[in-house]
Amino acid sequence: MECDKLKIFVCIKQVPGVAEVKIDAKTGKLVREGVLSIINPVDKNAIELALQIKDRKHAEVIALSMGPPQAEEALYEALAMGVDNAFLLTDKEFAGADTLATSYTLALAIKQILKDSGITEPYLIVCGSQAIDGDTAQVGPELAEELNLPQVTNVQKFEMIDERIIVESILRPEEIVVLETKLPALITVLKVINTPRFPTLIGIVEAYKEKKVTHLNASKLKAEKVKIGLTGSQTQVWKIFVPQQKGEHIKLSGSINEMVKELCLNLKEDKILI
Amino acid sequence: MDFSISKKQQMLRKITREFAETLIAPIAEESDRSSELDPIVFNLIKEMNFFGICIPKEYGGAGLQNDTISFAIIVEEIGRIDASWAITVGVHCSVVAYPLLIFGTEEQKQKFLIPLAKGDKLGAFALTEANAGSDAASVETSAVLDGDEWVLNGSKIFATNGGIAKTLLVAAKTGQRGRKSIFTVFIVDTDTPGFSVGVKEDKLGVRASNTSELVFQDVRVPKENVLGGVGNGFNIVLKILDFGRILIAAQCVGLGQAALEASVKYANEREQFGRKIGQFQGIQWKITDMGCAIESARLLTYKAAYMCDQGLEYGLASSMAKLVASEAAMQATHYAVQIHGGYGLMKSYQVERYFRDAKMAEIYEGTSEIQRMVIATHLLRQTL
Repeated sequence: MECDKLKIFVCIKQVPGVAEVKIDAKTGKLVREGVLSIINPVDKNAIELALQIKDRKHAEVIALSMGPPQAEEALYEALAMGVDNAFLLTDKEFAGADTLATSYTLALAIKQILKDSGITEPYLIVCGSQAIDGDTAQVGPELAEELNLPQVTNVQKFEMIDERIIVESILRPEEIVVLETKLPALITVLKVINTPRFPTLIGIVEAYKEKKVTHLNASKLKAEKVKIGLTGSQTQVWKIFVPQQKGEHIKLSGSINEMVKELCLNLKEDKILI
Repeated sequence: MDFSISKKQQMLRKITREFAETLIAPIAEESDRSSELDPIVFNLIKEMNFFGICIPKEYGGAGLQNDTISFAIIVEEIGRIDASWAITVGVHCSVVAYPLLIFGTEEQKQKFLIPLAKGDKLGAFALTEANAGSDAASVETSAVLDGDEWVLNGSKIFATNGGIAKTLLVAAKTGQRGRKSIFTVFIVDTDTPGFSVGVKEDKLGVRASNTSELVFQDVRVPKENVLGGVGNGFNIVLKILDFGRILIAAQCVGLGQAALEASVKYANEREQFGRKIGQFQGIQWKITDMGCAIESARLLTYKAAYMCDQGLEYGLASSMAKLVASEAAMQATHYAVQIHGGYGLMKSYQVERYFRDAKMAEIYEGTSEIQRMVIATHLLRQTL
């Protein structure tokens, strides 16, 4: 009966969970040690959507992430939320990948998982709209192109009828479109689509006891070396830096009413409020 | 020697922290003011399986039995945000659900433990009486066998969760040996005729945690509701308290941690005499003392939990953890108020609540004086 299951892939990214990231001045790379890592917030909405579909339909939810070995933690959290299977695409050769190399690698993994399970369709891929670190919003669309799938980005409402999906997408501010497409398809979701569930204690216990994160490297994926990692990247990060704080901080004091009054005065002075 | 915690335990900490910060923190101040637990949060806590932390899955729990370190971490993280919820959950799990797991018959587990572990029913442990506080052995609430039922009469005070619980463990006198009472622990459903809730206490701290008087007037309890055998109450109570103390210690570690974090934040923001107050040695030393006290307490708490999980005798360790952690929380919250100066006295700053909550912990679940007696008894016995 495995074949009757709808496969839902969710692509997630582990990102630094601090407002001000630390960057190694010498290497220009993110300092990951000692920084709390989290699942990119809107990727949790992607997981939630997949789990909500699974709550109603016979489906298998598979989470994928590309990153260093410690990104396994994000996948365990996804498993604890209720995801069935998790794959971590991890290899030194993947390092330095831009969105193009990342989407190529993710596409290889999805193809392989589908091939291994003997299923070609229907399936659905759900991504968060963008990551809070890179903020490119490119991996979802590029992944759809790699797999030659129809895609809808910035989805805020979702409905599935048999193998068709009807989605409401915000293309531009105040421009909402309703689109329908057949599976397989890829969507990227916005935060407003749902409220992600917390993993329960039972979920966490089961994730570590009964589930596992499968690691996939470049050779397992039979990846073309010129298409992965830094080599496969069309863009390269030249420098990362924390923007210098401009202007000064003003701390208001007094009662709430007094502070609001003063704030409004200041904003009027700066011509932000009129 | 390995001080690391497992990946699973790290995840439990992370998720509990996120849950507490997102869903409990916004209502903590209001719950303290109104002395009521928020029913919406109650349901969320239930859905998270927090009411069945240390209970196996087959009895409706989270499956963290024999993982008291995880239990301590969870209670610590809830306690970092709201002592009242930490107490409500900690007491329910450690001194009601856990004893049912350890001492209960299969029938009792099916009937009473499952709804407790699922959070369908809340539990309370009724021991303290007007004349039996630290001297727990002198309980006067009596149980007399009448046919197939025990008839309970008397009243209990200061029962945590008492007024909102559906399942009680009640210690009642069932005999006398010399000057000492022999007592038995009974499982009592609060729907039983003759049971009523008396005064709900208006307390200094952990105000949202329900503390009530419980009245038993000819409450008839079936024989099969005796927990762990007739006359075995004293042993059961000692075991329950040993376990419960680990969780009170964990709650105190969380509370002290909250006081430290608030103080560090404030010391790095507040400026006086042209610099951050954290640059003054007087503040630095307080922060140091708070950090050392809390970390010592945390290590003792985890050690007691570890010993419990290893099947070692942990009574001494849990008493030490409870004593050190409650006093660390008291010291840390006292310093936190002091560091905050005038603001620390105001309700709008959380350290005011932390300070009141910490004082409670030096008294409930065995006062500091009782802990010192217990610890001294253990130590003197060892050196003899």
